[in-house]
Amino acid sequence: MPIYLDNNATTPCDPRVVEAMIPYFTEKFGNAASRSHSFGWAGEEAVDYAREQVAKLINADPKEIIFTSGATEADNLAIKGVYEMYASKGNHIITCTTEHKAVLDTCKHIEKLGGQVTYLPVAEDGLIDLKELEAAITDKTILISIMYGNNEIGVLQPIREISAIARKHGVLLFTDATQAVGKIPVDVIADGIDLMAFSAHKMYGPKGVGALYVRRKNPRVKVTAQMDGGGHERGMRSGTMNVPGIVGFGKACEICMNEMESEAARLSKMRDRLEAGLMQLEEAYVNGNREHRLPHVANISFKYVEGEGLMMGFNKDIALSSGSACTSASLEPSYVLKALGLGDDLAHSSLRFGLGRFTTDDQIDFTIKAISDTVIKLREMSPLWEMFKDGVDLNSIEWAHH
Amino acid sequence: MAYSEKLIDHYQHPKNVGTLDKAKQNVGTGLVGAPECGDVMRLQIEVDEESGLISDAKFKTFGCGSAIASSSIATEWLKGKTVDEALAIDNMDIVEELNLPPVKIHCSVLAEDAIKAAINDYRVKNGLPEIVEDKKHH
Repeated sequence: MPIYLDNNATTPCDPRVVEAMIPYFTEKFGNAASRSHSFGWAGEEAVDYAREQVAKLINADPKEIIFTSGATEADNLAIKGVYEMYASKGNHIITCTTEHKAVLDTCKHIEKLGGQVTYLPVAEDGLIDLKELEAAITDKTILISIMYGNNEIGVLQPIREISAIARKHGVLLFTDATQAVGKIPVDVIADGIDLMAFSAHKMYGPKGVGALYVRRKNPRVKVTAQMDGGGHERGMRSGTMNVPGIVGFGKACEICMNEMESEAARLSKMRDRLEAGLMQLEEAYVNGNREHRLPHVANISFKYVEGEGLMMGFNKDIALSSGSACTSASLEPSYVLKALGLGDDLAHSSLRFGLGRFTTDDQIDFTIKAISDTVIKLREMSPLWEMFKDGVDLNSIEWAHH
Repeated sequence: MAYSEKLIDHYQHPKNVGTLDKAKQNVGTGLVGAPECGDVMRLQIEVDEESGLISDAKFKTFGCGSAIASSSIATEWLKGKTVDEALAIDNMDIVEELNLPPVKIHCSVLAEDAIKAAINDYRVKNGLPEIVEDKKHH
């Protein structure tokens, strides 16, 4: 099997998670909403237990957890739900340019509905400017939506400082914490978070299940349901509970709770070694703030080689993702890297490394060697590398744009 | 995306990577694409003045595997052809030879553009008029 370093895209299920889920497909198949028989009670009991496991990981009350189909749905529910629920208070939302598409596209939808959205820029290290955030707040602002940790560069936004600003102005704070929960300590009380989206499959749980944390006191937050039906999840998210998925999510959270600290220490050490190994190459640049960053993520640009061509050199052996979305046929480089101010050339030349629970030291050694060899080989056939070595300023050339 | 064996082979073992002396009268150089677009090809031909045949061809490419393979195969095809014959190389020949997927057709277009640019550079150097493209790809 190839080495898997794309853990920001998804993680494999931990075998302990799968084991916990299995009975809920067969003998314990009951609908958690069936109140009249033992099958239903068993399902309800399992969901309640999982809700406690999930809540504990983020220091929330179990009643504050709304299960969804994943983080995308939770993002939609939070933003659209707040927009509808707090319409009498205002219609302005503040977010930033490096958010996940599930947030950005939802905000675009809000704009079509007549809402106002401010998209804060980020500095070249990927962090927002807190002064700009505060200055953007108006008397119509109802929500600040800033992600916890970025999926492409791993940069952690200063959530506590952001929540302090939100509190001061009586604005709700929503954070997409999909990449952070289960990887680093996330505490909704200490962090001052009002709503938070996260997902099971980024933390060794199953795909198709996630949650929205909705604060119940100081302040009591409400969202308008975006899915109508049987009134599940305190009326905020109708639909039959995905019992096996939720059980798996709960188990995944419990494992993270117990192992997160040692895992983060182990992964950051490996990540730093990977980074140090690759930075031996000339003209290699780490993207994003290296201090305020998730422990398992690295995003590196290798100037004068193109990301997709680079990946082809080792994609039989190593699975990772390129900052250039060439592979998805859009031919557009990453909007996140561009938001950091990277030129298209550097954005086209980047690789995203997402280490995970099952990454080994040997895999890191192999990866350093395979990528270094490919970069060197491709630079030998890169006209840009030759020009750089000859001291030609690439900006002085009149390129024929397509 | 599954690539053809031939394409992968040209990516792994590219033919004619290198640089010819662009100052020479009988060398034509074509540089096409842009770093911002994710691909740049430089293709060069050296013409034997006595026979009129392309005696050598070299390339360097910044781009995806399809772009590298397209330029590699283009240099293979150029060698031994007259300049006029070289002009007849069509991007669709490259598409067929490498079995390029639709999203990668632009790589073959770039290779054809690089051939034409190298030939025009050679022609202008040798007092011949530039050939204006009659075909619009993009």
